Amino acid sequence: MNDPMMPSIWRIKNYRTETADTFTIDLVNEHGQDGMTGMHFQPGQFNMLYLFGAGESAISISGDPRNKDVLTHTVRAVGTVTRALARLKRGDVIGVRGPYGSPWPVVEAIGNDVLIVAGGIGLAPLRPVIYHLIAEREKYGKVTLLYGARSPVDILFRQELEKWRGRFDMQVEATVDNARQGQTWHGNAGVVTGLIPRAGFDPSQTTVMICGPELMMRFTIIELQKRGIEEDAIHVSMERNMKCAIGLCGHCQLGPEFICKNGPVFRFDRIRDSFRKREI
Amino acid sequence: MVTFIYFNYMITENNNSFLRIEREDLQGLIEALAESGYRVIGPTVRDGAIVYDEVEKLDDLPAGWTDEQQPGSYRLKRRDDRALFGFNVGPHSWKKFLHPPNLRLFQAKRNDKGFEISNDNQPAPDLVFLGVRACELHAIAIQDKVFINGPYVDSVYGERREKAFVVAVNCGQAGGTCFCTSMKTGPRAESGFDIALTEVIETDQHYFVAEAGSERGVEILEKTRTRKADESEKKKAVEIVEFAASRMGRNLDTTGIKELLYRNHDHPRWEDVASRCLTCANCTMACPTCFCTTVEDTTDLTGDHAERWRRWDSCFTTDFSYIHGGSMRVSVKSRYRQWMTHKLAAWIDQFGTSGCVGCGRCITWCPAGIDITEEAAAIRKNELQRENKEQQDGNA
Repeated sequence: MNDPMMPSIWRIKNYRTETADTFTIDLVNEHGQDGMTGMHFQPGQFNMLYLFGAGESAISISGDPRNKDVLTHTVRAVGTVTRALARLKRGDVIGVRGPYGSPWPVVEAIGNDVLIVAGGIGLAPLRPVIYHLIAEREKYGKVTLLYGARSPVDILFRQELEKWRGRFDMQVEATVDNARQGQTWHGNAGVVTGLIPRAGFDPSQTTVMICGPELMMRFTIIELQKRGIEEDAIHVSMERNMKCAIGLCGHCQLGPEFICKNGPVFRFDRIRDSFRKREI
Repeated sequence: MVTFIYFNYMITENNNSFLRIEREDLQGLIEALAESGYRVIGPTVRDGAIVYDEVEKLDDLPAGWTDEQQPGSYRLKRRDDRALFGFNVGPHSWKKFLHPPNLRLFQAKRNDKGFEISNDNQPAPDLVFLGVRACELHAIAIQDKVFINGPYVDSVYGERREKAFVVAVNCGQAGGTCFCTSMKTGPRAESGFDIALTEVIETDQHYFVAEAGSERGVEILEKTRTRKADESEKKKAVEIVEFAASRMGRNLDTTGIKELLYRNHDHPRWEDVASRCLTCANCTMACPTCFCTTVEDTTDLTGDHAERWRRWDSCFTTDFSYIHGGSMRVSVKSRYRQWMTHKLAAWIDQFGTSGCVGCGRCITWCPAGIDITEEAAAIRKNELQRENKEQQDGNA
């Protein structure tokens, strides 16, 4: 029997620094199935990345689901394992288990307007959705991306954001909480919810996908509901401590849900009760 | 990947299958199991408690011992007979044999290409669990749902579970913290065993009434000195378990308990229990269904060899819910609430069964004597008052 707790070995093909605390790694599996060096996954899924002797961390896949040559992860260095991962370089190897978890509803959204709201590193798990929407653009209505970062230098995937913003078939709005001294910024300022009035969508036919800090997601949902979006049209990606990623270790429970196997992407009405409870 | 493992227990309705084994002939049963290649694990007395350990002969069992249990209290006492199973459950559960407290998941070794990972899982031991109570059979069935019947299978558990030979023993008494009748998990062992025994002690005789629950149970009983149990012996065995059922030390009203706990997330009782709870995690370690684990990574001094270990964990620690920035459950209140709400409510949504079997271990082994039945009752009682008050207000 295949042991689901055993990682496979992947090599870092490219390492890119994104922001002061964020980096992206492209991984290849030299012994992958059918000679494939990447991984089959659905937008929103994650992997457990193992660093020799340091431990594992649950990291969303941030690459293009159509690219079967590399497996791409964007990581924010905030914990023991992710800080150690940040020190890796091209050619180093890490362990990978996955992919795990539920995907964003890109199939259910066909025919609808799609509104994506991301905060900070929350853009990383949504980037595969954007690649998918662009690749199958004719299947969707209006596509809008609202993105909030702490400051101009914390904007993730800035070049890509600017490229997407230049498209005629997609609306992209970005804002920063504040610009520190010495930073030039002529764009929007304030929280991401402030961008919602600018987004053009039909509330009765819109699929919303939100990823960011829980507080940001909470206020975004309140604003969207004011504009007539139903709870069952809203999808959020949740985060909790995870050890096994396969529903056996108990750490990621959110009320009756295991984030790892029932999530991380949830239709909002399914977790509404837990979402509002403190310290659940 | 969906894998289901079925265990071949049969339900024995045929009365002819009830056998009588004399007390001293139980030695023969232990020997028959040992000769079939099993290591027999059963109750033994150690450090003032009845714990599960290797059993080779009848004398290894807690002959003439009983236990007295109350919230935060466990004492062994001498009985005035030579009963081999005249006690209830102790601090150990069979969980430690099916779901090892410490398990090496893999080893990693540096090589010229980076590192390689290997898994050195040993084949599961062939164990007999001798003296499994009805509540414990249910606890094992609950862990089966967690580890075997989900989308991912814990193969270590699965293999150990498939091999384990289960000798259940019906309870002839109930402990001060027992409430299996409330949870509908006992005291009679109804399924999930290879052999079930009921110990019968009368002034001039001492024997067991045995029934087989599987083919391999039949085979072992055939190798043991037995005779057919007569009607009065079978009746006696039934009465003994009925007596135990009437002596429950505790009671838990499970009516609508899932909804009760879900809607009382902000009940003041959580603060009250938090003022007593030490967050020591004893309840989760002693619980036969608590399954949570964490992982630990180590390297040796050369830095060329790393290991990843899994060990039992508890939702009572702040580390348990730590994500970057801090713990999700900082307050003691939130951690006790998580444990109890998971056990009695969320478990039903997750696995289609309560996570509690009414064995009372969490009550007995809580150093502060916190009683899950009392906490649940307090929430129910206050809520009832609140609802009554609302009704009165509405009528006024």
